[in-house]
Amino acid sequence: MKTRRWVALLLIVMFALTLVGCGSGDKKEQAKDPKKPYAGQTIRVLFANHPWAEGMKPLIAEFEKETGITVKLESYSEKNLSDKLTVELATGATTIDVFMSRPLQEAKLFAKNKWSTDLKTFINDPNKTPAAWDYNDFKKSTIDAVTVDGVVVASPIVSEWTTLFYRKDLFEKAGLKPPTTLEEMEAAAKILNDPANGVAGIVARGNRGAAVTQFSAYLYSFGGDFIKDGKAIFDSPEALEAFKYYGRILKNYGPPGVTNMSWEQAIVVFSSGKAAMWTDASTFVGQVTDKTKSQVADQVGYVTFPAGPKGARPYDAVAWCLGIPAQSKNKDAAWEFVKWANSKEMMKKMLAAGVTVTRNSAWADKEATAKFPPGFAEVAQKSGAVAVPYDRPIMTAVGEARDAIGTVIVRAIETGGAEDLTPLIKEQNKIVTDLLAQEK
Amino acid sequence: MKEYIENNVRWLFPLPAALFIVAMMVFPVLYTFWVSLTDWSLASGGEAHFVGLKNFEVLFGEPRFYNALKLTVYFTVLAVAVETVLGVGIALLLNREFRGKDTLKTILLLPMVATPVAIGLAWTLFYEPTVGLANYTMKLLGLPASKWLADQATVIPSLALVDIWEWTPMIALIVMAGLASLPSEPFEAARVDGATPLQIFRHVTLPLLAPTILVAVVLRSIDAFKTFDIIYTMTGGGPGFGSETMNIYAYTLGFQYFRFGAASSALVALLALVLGSSLVVLYFRRRWEV
Repeated sequence: MKTRRWVALLLIVMFALTLVGCGSGDKKEQAKDPKKPYAGQTIRVLFANHPWAEGMKPLIAEFEKETGITVKLESYSEKNLSDKLTVELATGATTIDVFMSRPLQEAKLFAKNKWSTDLKTFINDPNKTPAAWDYNDFKKSTIDAVTVDGVVVASPIVSEWTTLFYRKDLFEKAGLKPPTTLEEMEAAAKILNDPANGVAGIVARGNRGAAVTQFSAYLYSFGGDFIKDGKAIFDSPEALEAFKYYGRILKNYGPPGVTNMSWEQAIVVFSSGKAAMWTDASTFVGQVTDKTKSQVADQVGYVTFPAGPKGARPYDAVAWCLGIPAQSKNKDAAWEFVKWANSKEMMKKMLAAGVTVTRNSAWADKEATAKFPPGFAEVAQKSGAVAVPYDRPIMTAVGEARDAIGTVIVRAIETGGAEDLTPLIKEQNKIVTDLLAQEK
Repeated sequence: MKEYIENNVRWLFPLPAALFIVAMMVFPVLYTFWVSLTDWSLASGGEAHFVGLKNFEVLFGEPRFYNALKLTVYFTVLAVAVETVLGVGIALLLNREFRGKDTLKTILLLPMVATPVAIGLAWTLFYEPTVGLANYTMKLLGLPASKWLADQATVIPSLALVDIWEWTPMIALIVMAGLASLPSEPFEAARVDGATPLQIFRHVTLPLLAPTILVAVVLRSIDAFKTFDIIYTMTGGGPGFGSETMNIYAYTLGFQYFRFGAASSALVALLALVLGSSLVVLYFRRRWEV
């Protein structure tokens, strides 16, 4: 009996100790350093899995040392990040301080629900932001993308455009030049398609909603678009041609399983040498030319998106931005982080690492672009000149609209564009038009 | 005070557990019922207004709902049927004495204790059509390569295979416990009467095991209807909507389209499906009670 009482006492003491241990943190009294006004604060930052975030992670320790702010970093895949942000912000949680998000996907939704802090208050305050930080250094189109009804909901980080990545060695062996029109691209895919040896002619996203952003370049180059005057217009004859083309090349010359592929799977297929071409966002240039991440690193070439019947019209859009929730309790410390991450120095560093940032000064810096994969800066400029500034329908219910368009893409791929897609397109087009109507 | 506690001990001891259940289970279910009667959606600004049964009207007119329903039933019936047959078989095998029985038992139970998300990710790699182990094995066996998760025709069977791999041990476990508790007289009597092993199985083992098997089937079906982890990690409902079961559909409605009212109504429908099926099975059990 006595042992039992001792055991019980021991358990209670252990339990109490764990409670105390979990509760208290370091409560060091730091002298107020005027250069580090927010020292000792902790901010919670949510990143997405993206080359920019990968490049920033090792540099955060510098930020912590400089400012004395502790950064609790969490990283998620883009879909999970969206889910998490929405759940936490919808329930009024105050624990997020900085988050990465996609302005084209979420800016309208967040602005509608008033979840973002208007960053203008920080940018225009000379005490919080030195004039040298220069908000006007950001590309004008990127500033437009993150400003909703005059409210600056976030600071733009990276812009991306459709790029055609191709295997220089396979093209040389077949005596081909990189394609300049979509017709040439289809012909090249046919020649290079080698299923017996496990090499597909071309790979691209086919996974329902995820494919829409990369499909947009094909859509625009055939002369189609997503929305016009508040109505969905992807039931136009031009759009039909785009769907048929996309479905045809992926069914006939794509790898098996393409309808389950988003960029995470497509990049693996391309980097392990199992595809001769890949159309996707420019951000991935760093990864496919990195010897530690890609088996074909030194064989990768890149050109502007080929021209369709209506010209070459890739998208060039702000892919990610950094924002502060309205409910955050550490807005000043959070702003320090956003200011640092989007400063001229940081952007130059990221550009040198192959991340396509949004500041003009970074692109004008010869040193930074020198470290860029050769020829990529020219591709960037050429693409920028003809590009469309959005890669998806701009609305609040973007997720649902993407799934509707994605349904057509999947069917096009499954049938190789041979089946009559018109009834399905009309159905999905109506769904998106109805969604747009509900937003009024 | 002390007297009160002593007299009512039988109410006080379960009280913490009861409070926990009310907070964690009853409240969320009731809240879901409530939300399913509103039009709460983030895309429309976040205000919730009571709309009665409108969400259900919309839901029952939506072809995607019927697709989800069909896929849920297909997946559950396929997975649970195969699991039951295999599980009972394994349990019977493990009921004999042989060397290495305990080790075999432990190994067979491992899939059940693995983390579902890890299982999903690993099997996704196996199922990858170009570089995965599954097609490699098919090639070795001289069978044609399959598209596994990438084709709408094969995605549900592929997912069911993963579920079978993960949960057959659970059925085996329950049936093993049932076998161990069976009386030995009927078996001895049958053997004395000269019954063959097959006859013993058909006329003695199976009827005696029937209640246990039924319990295992009901338990497993309830979970199989609600399967989320492996489907979400492996296909996210794709390709197209080829593996979008009710649970995934509700998740998409709620967390990707932010239509919480619609999502809640889909979940209430799922609850009705699961509850209804369980009640039907249990009703038939009473009818066949030996």
